[in-house]
Amino acid sequence: MRKIMTGVLGAAFAAYASTVWAGTLDNVKAKGILTCGTNPATAGFSVPDNDGKWTGFVVDYCRAVAAGVLGDATKVKFIPLNAKDRFTALQSGEIDILAHNATWTSSRDTSLGIIFAGTYFYDGQGFMVRKSDNIKSAKDLDGASICVSQGTTTELNLADYFRSNGMTFSAVGFADEEAVIKAYEEGRCDVFSADTSSLNAARIRLANADDSVVLPEIISKEPLGPAVRQGDDQWLNIAKWTLNVMLAAEEFGVTSKNVDEMKDSDNPNIRRLLGVEGSFGKDVGLGETWSQDIIKQVGNYSEIFERSIGKESPLKIERGVNALWNAGGLQYAPPIR
Amino acid sequence: MVDITQPAQLRRAFSIYDKKIRAIVYQAGLAVSLAVVVTAIAIQTVSNMRQRGIPLAFDFWNQTAGFQINQTLIPYDTLSSYGEAFWVGVANTLLVSALGIVLATVIGFLIGISRLSNNWIVAKVATSYVEVIRNIPLLLQLLFWYNAVLKPLPAPKASIAFPGGIYLNNRGIILPAVELHSGAAWVGIAIVAAVAFATAFSAYASSVQTRTGKQLPVLVVNLLLLAGLPFVAYVAAESPWSFTYPELRGFNFRGGQQIYPEFAALLIGLSVYTASFIAEIVRGGIQAVSKGQTEAAHALGLPKGKTLRLVVVPQALRIIIPPLTSQYLNLIKNSSLAVFIGYPDLVQVFAGSVLNQTGAAVQVMAITLAVYLVISLITSAAMNGFNRRFALVER
Repeated sequence: MRKIMTGVLGAAFAAYASTVWAGTLDNVKAKGILTCGTNPATAGFSVPDNDGKWTGFVVDYCRAVAAGVLGDATKVKFIPLNAKDRFTALQSGEIDILAHNATWTSSRDTSLGIIFAGTYFYDGQGFMVRKSDNIKSAKDLDGASICVSQGTTTELNLADYFRSNGMTFSAVGFADEEAVIKAYEEGRCDVFSADTSSLNAARIRLANADDSVVLPEIISKEPLGPAVRQGDDQWLNIAKWTLNVMLAAEEFGVTSKNVDEMKDSDNPNIRRLLGVEGSFGKDVGLGETWSQDIIKQVGNYSEIFERSIGKESPLKIERGVNALWNAGGLQYAPPIR
Repeated sequence: MVDITQPAQLRRAFSIYDKKIRAIVYQAGLAVSLAVVVTAIAIQTVSNMRQRGIPLAFDFWNQTAGFQINQTLIPYDTLSSYGEAFWVGVANTLLVSALGIVLATVIGFLIGISRLSNNWIVAKVATSYVEVIRNIPLLLQLLFWYNAVLKPLPAPKASIAFPGGIYLNNRGIILPAVELHSGAAWVGIAIVAAVAFATAFSAYASSVQTRTGKQLPVLVVNLLLLAGLPFVAYVAAESPWSFTYPELRGFNFRGGQQIYPEFAALLIGLSVYTASFIAEIVRGGIQAVSKGQTEAAHALGLPKGKTLRLVVVPQALRIIIPPLTSQYLNLIKNSSLAVFIGYPDLVQVFAGSVLNQTGAAVQVMAITLAVYLVISLITSAAMNGFNRRFALVER
């Protein structure tokens, strides 16, 4: 009896220990689906609609990765994660890529076992208050109760900002962003603080959106980007260059509509981007048409921006710092060659 | 002379057919396999974590936390360390658990006794309480207390004012803050002394009654002691404390003591929920005392109150205490549901913010588990000690 037990245990261990940590790309290809961790509660960025279909700017980034890797933008499984659990989910291998509204910081990039692959949205932290409180500036917020999402840079920036301005505040923290917004809406807090993108997304979903206003001050730099696990350079490159493909496509005027015609373009930049010339796809570790698949199935940066959070959406966020470098913004794709 | 029994015994002692030896071999085998399993898991975890670059050390403990916590029983600000944030969380968990246990016990005993009342209405109300409360999941009850009862209270500017500078609004209850002056220590000493004297007098009265059968006026003397001594000290020290009254400035009240709605909701929810289970335990315990005991006490001429206090309750307690311990442990562990209503307990602060800001998931979770284990074991040990005092002593 004991012998059998030991045998079974030993076998179980051997099996457990031999689960080798294969490359993420191979895993995703073997599964045939990309597992993407995202925020379930930011309208315009990532939110499931009434039919359970995920939509939004960040969701489209995941779809672009799936299009590039698997040739099919629909082969994505979205895992809703709150701010508190998102990095653990990535560390533990529960998800292949984290496309959350997570800020790229030095400590997260180095000490958590994860690494950021770029910035899909340059954001900054702001404050939303009720119009009836007659607040004109963040400097008037002394003594306020502030609702905030736990485990975020928001939590830390708040403390920094109030300390450096010699003001006091009382933080009310929740793990779940929906709970934070609800607490603000029901008057538990005077202020809701988050990245301005989240503030705007939350504001349009309030019952009385016009009663609240986002203050002009931006108190921090919040570059939001996708993250992958450290130690898998191939996968990091795919995450990084998927974003760059979308940016380069916008720069050279390639859209989901004209991508097939653009293959015949004389512009060597476009030819290299679309894999007609050079070995972009092969170098990244994917097929020759990977960049075409991304653009055709999902679109370029401008397309996904405008339809989810820009002009064509209820959020109406300006391109601002998220415009391309040659239009006065910060978005810049390194050359493809 | 050769002793032939000796080698025979020795042979038997090492025989595999000896039950005792076999048991020891099995036990040792099990212990070794367990140790192997645990070590293997530990080694595997460490190597996996290393492979994935997840931090393994505890050096985050002394780093600056940089986030704010609203309810802190021990000094804490945004420049404090993660370690200090941990203790804030532990203190908040202990506070809500301790008060919850006291409140749940009081409500539970009242409801439990009411269920046995001869008054039809009282009994039915108590029954409804038990049946409704214990059949609704605790999380829903917490969300109810927080979202449906406490959050809809008026905003600070429209606070409900009570006499004595007490305000109620959706930020909680704001009380005047007590400021202690130098004479306050004397009042404290007087209270301690009064309790000591009262205890001594009770013991003396009891011994007098045992020897002579004469009853001394314990209640009157003790009340006089407990109220009188502190009062004398208070007068002698010339008002040893003063109150700072809260006033509305800007967004919120300043200068008072605030009880946050998150804390109130958690405390009420935990107490009300656990009380419904305690009520059933109390009812069961009392009903388990045989009716003959009550009848015998009445036959001896003991009045109703004394029958309950001296005959029924001591016997019922024997039955009540062990399951009561389980309820206390449940309450302590359920307090971790705080995370859903934003009360900064251990799970919310440490396994929430600290875990996320440091990324040290394994260390933080291990510490959190250990804390709950320690708190529960201490509670369990205390209750077991209490149980031994009440258990049936065989003579």
